[in-house]
Amino acid sequence: MPTAGAVPQSVDRGNPRPAVVETHRLTRRFGALTAVDAVSLGVRGAEIFGLIGPNGAGKSTLIKMLTTMLPPSSGGAVVAGFDLATQAAQVRRHIGYVPQLLSADSELTGYENLLLSARLYLIPRAERKQRIGEALAMMGLTEVRERLVRNYSGGMIRRLEIAQSTLHRPAIIFMDEPTEGLDPVARHAVWSHIRDLRARLAAAVIVTTHYMDEADVLCDRIALIDRGRIQAVGTPAALKAEAGANATLDDVFEKLTGLAPEGGDYRNVRQSRRAAREHT
Amino acid sequence: MSTLRAAAMGGYLTQVLAVAGAEVSKLRHDPWELVSRAIQPVLWLVLFGEVMAQVRGLAPHHVAYLDFLTPGILAQSVLFVAIFYGISAIWERDLGVLHRYLASPAPRSALVCGKALSSSVRALSQALVIYLCAALLGVHLNHAPADTAYAILLIVLGAGLFSTFSLIIACIVRTRERFMGIGQVLTMPIFFASNAIYPIALMPRWLRWISSANPLTYEVDGLRAVMLTSGRSTYGLAHDVAALVLTAALMIAIASRMYPRMTQ
Repeated sequence: MPTAGAVPQSVDRGNPRPAVVETHRLTRRFGALTAVDAVSLGVRGAEIFGLIGPNGAGKSTLIKMLTTMLPPSSGGAVVAGFDLATQAAQVRRHIGYVPQLLSADSELTGYENLLLSARLYLIPRAERKQRIGEALAMMGLTEVRERLVRNYSGGMIRRLEIAQSTLHRPAIIFMDEPTEGLDPVARHAVWSHIRDLRARLAAAVIVTTHYMDEADVLCDRIALIDRGRIQAVGTPAALKAEAGANATLDDVFEKLTGLAPEGGDYRNVRQSRRAAREHT
Repeated sequence: MSTLRAAAMGGYLTQVLAVAGAEVSKLRHDPWELVSRAIQPVLWLVLFGEVMAQVRGLAPHHVAYLDFLTPGILAQSVLFVAIFYGISAIWERDLGVLHRYLASPAPRSALVCGKALSSSVRALSQALVIYLCAALLGVHLNHAPADTAYAILLIVLGAGLFSTFSLIIACIVRTRERFMGIGQVLTMPIFFASNAIYPIALMPRWLRWISSANPLTYEVDGLRAVMLTSGRSTYGLAHDVAALVLTAALMIAIASRMYPRMTQ
């Protein structure tokens, strides 16, 4: 069974592309709590890689470190060929980041949000209009480009944020819970945009989710994370096969962690209730 | 090499203007905010100014008190707008918009300068309202282009300086609730321990000493020199500008280190 440990074990040998993300015993502590515990992972180009686990498992902390938002306590990583600790600005130039929180500015129009990103990423003036136009068309937002984001639906905002994060054609796109709080139609739309981005940009997409069904249909490979540690890495099919005949990812997860995936604390319950309310 | 450096500087400027440009767009979408913010300084001029103008000895004997007061109220309104800038930074952090900025390759200081310039944009629109109001009240305003350019420079520096100071406070206190308390506590001494509404000469010695370490004093002193036909600077205009530039640079240097830690 593939387990946490040295890099080579967790790199997919079936994918011929070079690794675009390699972490080595990446660790982050908050006081006495170890949120991410010695994580060693490899993600190859054009791969959709899922980080799966309950809320509080350390997925977001891992993403924050890999996007240079948070310095590691120990360990390191090479992202897009650049060292996380010493070449943070270079890393940022080559990655796209769709945070869990609402990162589009609600007081600006969709077009203005994209223009802001285009300028921050120094896309040449001559190309800005064309790239923004393409991104708007790709995400189905051309009609609403002059509307304030305040008046967008949740799905439209997510699509705009994905457009903002990919305008500079990054080699790696990080998405933290991209479908959280979306209705099923909007969720499926986000999935198809993720697949589309991978095909168009040949970019690796690293997504976090706590929906096992999402991980199953969307990801080429997944890493199960619990209490800051990688419990298993592999293709959804391989992980399920190991757990037994007709096993689901839920079963895999329960077997590895001894937890039902819905189990959790007050915060988890509050979040899932809120999500449930938004789905109805 | 020099073309490389020029390209890098051009890129830096693009990123600063990107941040400030977003602010201009927001003001275009909601111009009423500017109007509502202009009410307070107008009230200071009309109510406080007209009454205090009856008191002898507040302004130097050759200057009408309302003339003396106008640059002070302009600097005050710039301060009041800028000092709550940290709130919007915390708000952007809570929402997630800050992540968009920090995940971009823009140098952290470009982001901080962009935020400072955003506050300057607001301050200049306030200044326009105060100029109009002062003209209606019969204040002897100086319209010489070079002096007006200096006034713009002083307003931009003052707004940038105090908004960046506010950003530093926001990085320290981290929550909106705590910031609201601190913001109120900060504005009072910055405003009253300055030459904004009375000359420093009237102050006891210890307060004079504090006032001369207060950047607002230099902003007001510079504005008095360039805004009024009878304008005269106490410290010298070059000295005023230098004091503001140095303080602003220091604030930006500190904030550039602290701002990225807001998302942690």
